[in-house]
Amino acid sequence: MVKMKSNVIQREEVVVKFVGDSGDGMQLTGTLFSDTAALAGLDLATFPDYPAEIRAPHNTVAGVSGYQVHIGAKKIETTGDLCDVLVAMNPASLRSNLKWAKPGATLIVDSDTFEEAAWKKAGYNVNPLEDGSLDGYNLVKAPITSFTRGSLKDKGLDQKTADKSKNMFALGIMYHLFGWGFEATFDFFNKKFKNKPQVIDANRTVLEAGYSYAEAVEALNSVYQVNKAAITPGRYRNITGNTATAWGFLAASERSGRPIFLGSYPITPATDILIELAKHKSLGAKVFQAEDEIAGICSAIGASYTGSLALTTTSGPGLSLKSEAIGLAVMTELPIVIVDVQRGGPSTGLPTKSEQSDLYQALFGRNGECPAVVMAASTSANSFYYAYMAAKIAMEHMTPVILLTDGYLGNGSQLFRIPKVADLPAINPPIAEPNDPDFLPYRRDPETLARKWALPGTEGLRHRIGGLEKEDGKGNVSTDPLNHQKMVDLRDAKVQKVANYIPEQEITGEKEGDLLVVSWGGTLGAVQEAVETAQSMGKKVSHAHFNYIMPLPKNTGDVLSGFKKILVCELNSGQFVNYLKMTHYGHKYLQYNKVQGLPFTVNELTQVITQILEEK
Amino acid sequence: MTTKVNMTIERSSVELTKEDFVSDQMVKWCPGCGSHAILSSVANVFPKLGYRKENIMMVSGIGCSSRFPYYLNTYGIHGIHGRAAAISSGVKIANPHLSVWMATGDGDSLAIGGNHFIHIIRRNIDINIILFNNQIYGLTKGQYSPTTPMGSITKTSPQGTIEHPFNPGELVLGAQGTFFARVPDSNPRLMTEVMFEAAKHDGTSIIEVLENCVIFADKSHDIITNKEFRDDRQIILRNGEPMIFGKNKDKGIRLNGTRLEVVTLGENGFSEDDLLVHDMYQQDPGIHLMLAKMAFPHFPVAMGVIRAAMYPTYDDMVEEQITYAKQNSKIKTVDDLLNSGDTWEIK
Repeated sequence: MVKMKSNVIQREEVVVKFVGDSGDGMQLTGTLFSDTAALAGLDLATFPDYPAEIRAPHNTVAGVSGYQVHIGAKKIETTGDLCDVLVAMNPASLRSNLKWAKPGATLIVDSDTFEEAAWKKAGYNVNPLEDGSLDGYNLVKAPITSFTRGSLKDKGLDQKTADKSKNMFALGIMYHLFGWGFEATFDFFNKKFKNKPQVIDANRTVLEAGYSYAEAVEALNSVYQVNKAAITPGRYRNITGNTATAWGFLAASERSGRPIFLGSYPITPATDILIELAKHKSLGAKVFQAEDEIAGICSAIGASYTGSLALTTTSGPGLSLKSEAIGLAVMTELPIVIVDVQRGGPSTGLPTKSEQSDLYQALFGRNGECPAVVMAASTSANSFYYAYMAAKIAMEHMTPVILLTDGYLGNGSQLFRIPKVADLPAINPPIAEPNDPDFLPYRRDPETLARKWALPGTEGLRHRIGGLEKEDGKGNVSTDPLNHQKMVDLRDAKVQKVANYIPEQEITGEKEGDLLVVSWGGTLGAVQEAVETAQSMGKKVSHAHFNYIMPLPKNTGDVLSGFKKILVCELNSGQFVNYLKMTHYGHKYLQYNKVQGLPFTVNELTQVITQILEEK
Repeated sequence: MTTKVNMTIERSSVELTKEDFVSDQMVKWCPGCGSHAILSSVANVFPKLGYRKENIMMVSGIGCSSRFPYYLNTYGIHGIHGRAAAISSGVKIANPHLSVWMATGDGDSLAIGGNHFIHIIRRNIDINIILFNNQIYGLTKGQYSPTTPMGSITKTSPQGTIEHPFNPGELVLGAQGTFFARVPDSNPRLMTEVMFEAAKHDGTSIIEVLENCVIFADKSHDIITNKEFRDDRQIILRNGEPMIFGKNKDKGIRLNGTRLEVVTLGENGFSEDDLLVHDMYQQDPGIHLMLAKMAFPHFPVAMGVIRAAMYPTYDDMVEEQITYAKQNSKIKTVDDLLNSGDTWEIK
């Protein structure tokens, strides 16, 4: 019997989290859910949260893999603090994620998995579905495993294969909850399992079974209605930060006419950039999976010398290994972009969790006076733009550029308005002309102080460069004291001059007030929402979010001067605030820091901001 | 020694001479250092290759050997310690139209850069590597290296080294090397010959130069290179010729069962017909490995090209994959890529 749903809950935004065992297919479920949400016209942000182990022991808290999706009719800036709907495929995933569910949230659990051995293994003393501990939630005890098997009993599949479709039952329930169709997901099945009609059929059957089940269940009596978001018109797609980074570089290569070369070594959470670029040989991408991090960057330096847009991608520990070679790129003044998809440190740290704790390393982690441009992306989607700009700055200013993203940005996804490559800013590398009578390896452009890029194969430009100090102009090896001083100053001035070519720092809100909240990199969404909340309460608070860090935008001092207090929020122990204290002293700096491998929640930031504004 | 050829590298329209490659920098190696001979051989070989001078590139790491690029008028990078192989790999992959040469030492490539050294060989990237093996760290003034003979007294081994040295040839072949040659710095003619062969070889070529460091390891190779007895302690291998050596050309190498053996021609009934004939092109590295490992006092040390086997190169395969992808992929531009897969219009 099909009942009509009596309640339709209108919502501006909803946060959904899928959690289960590592092998339960939660990443795929989350991806399919968000793709369908996007097709329904909603704005969204996603965040996969998975363990470092590929398959940690079955049914343990260590093995829980999750995928959070924040969808809305409004602009979605974060992946959401707490979820409205939690789908938990086993006791361990419920136990480790209940703290992320809002009070009163809908919990959809696979009740078949709540056997005594399993809930004990998860660390419960009693079955949480039966002890009343979940009374504050809208608990849906869904027999997902048995119903999945039941719906497939005539399909001739063995139980192991049938159980692989459990996640589609959960997804079917969710589609009912949001009133969405199956088309996009069916398309996916058809592509993914092209030569396995039996698997396509099984997944479709289970997806529909989940949907029908939800129609009939009392506890799912309410359905959500989220209106289409007011999004700037245009062509859109979903994109992860790592893919956006890779594509930004491809665009920069095409626009500059410089072939693209990536030398990289696999490292979580940066590997997806390497994987993505390896797919695009048709765009001329040369991707060298090196024997180690050092070979990754050194091969890129070699490629840069020959005139390629040269890249290396890594995470914190890899950046440490590349330090000496970054120094070589600084000394030889060769363009190269180093991407650091930051993760928790130090050492191996928290490979699958995210932090902003590599800022000092990016700014200072090299021997000698060794300046490089440092910049940071702030959303998964704008990783495309900042990768593009990193490549542009590196090539036009003949300098290494370190681009910081992080695990949340890299693995998270967002709606991305597809640009046209022709609309992106032009890139004009200073390539030396053949037989230029004035050519000297270290002769500089008076405006940028960049030297010329003299490519092997070009007549009349043969020259040698290297890691030994160079004589100004001629580039011969020099140990002359005054020349060294001059070259140190020139390399620094060259990087500082990049400030003339980057946008001024923007302020969201009034230019003067009681408090300026400052953030940088991947924390944009949470900080922005918290500031907006405080502003809506009538507080005199504004927000400045930095993407360009070395050099800082030219107007940074003016931006900071308009406020009585400055609160710098970052996911480390205070690296950017100390950098600001160093470069722009005389302001009253406060700081809010968290180093837990977790993003900021809007709620905690709002509290901190409110508290500071109440203090006299 | 006439034409080579790697057709991907543009050829010079004019005849080049040694003078075309002389740089204006003062050569700062010690008088008597073996590196002078190597520089001279390279400057002799480059014009003979027939390539445009702008298409030759020299890369090095750190150490005495690695000052090399400054002393030649080519494009060049003086890199960082141990990383020349990684830098060269990037150069060659990014621009296969360059003839890429690398100068490195036993410390640079067999210690700090050991990882890059074995991997460039395994990948068979078309680069010519000159390994200056002086069995010592010269630039840091006399510490033992990975090729210093066991027991040697050096600044860091006052009681003698207790490390087993690498035999570079064994290492190269173990890493699936396709080209290995050895030459003493005292035989410039052979060095020039071997360098030309290396240039002709498509793939990673390693030329080990037994080099004398007059300051910190003087005469370390003397036991095989001294004029008094070098003809009896070296064998110069030539492809297609029987392995004969000795001042009186009366000794040879034969295969006795599974092992090499030195025999005297005319004694015990051995004639030239019993000797091994050198086949540097054979794919199986078994005999090449045995030849590379021959050592004093039981065997003469093998000089010349020991192995030059044909295998596909990494750089060629990169180009093939790119050509194939460009012909067959629907994605021809970044705009195609941006609009591929699931996209939708929001109005």
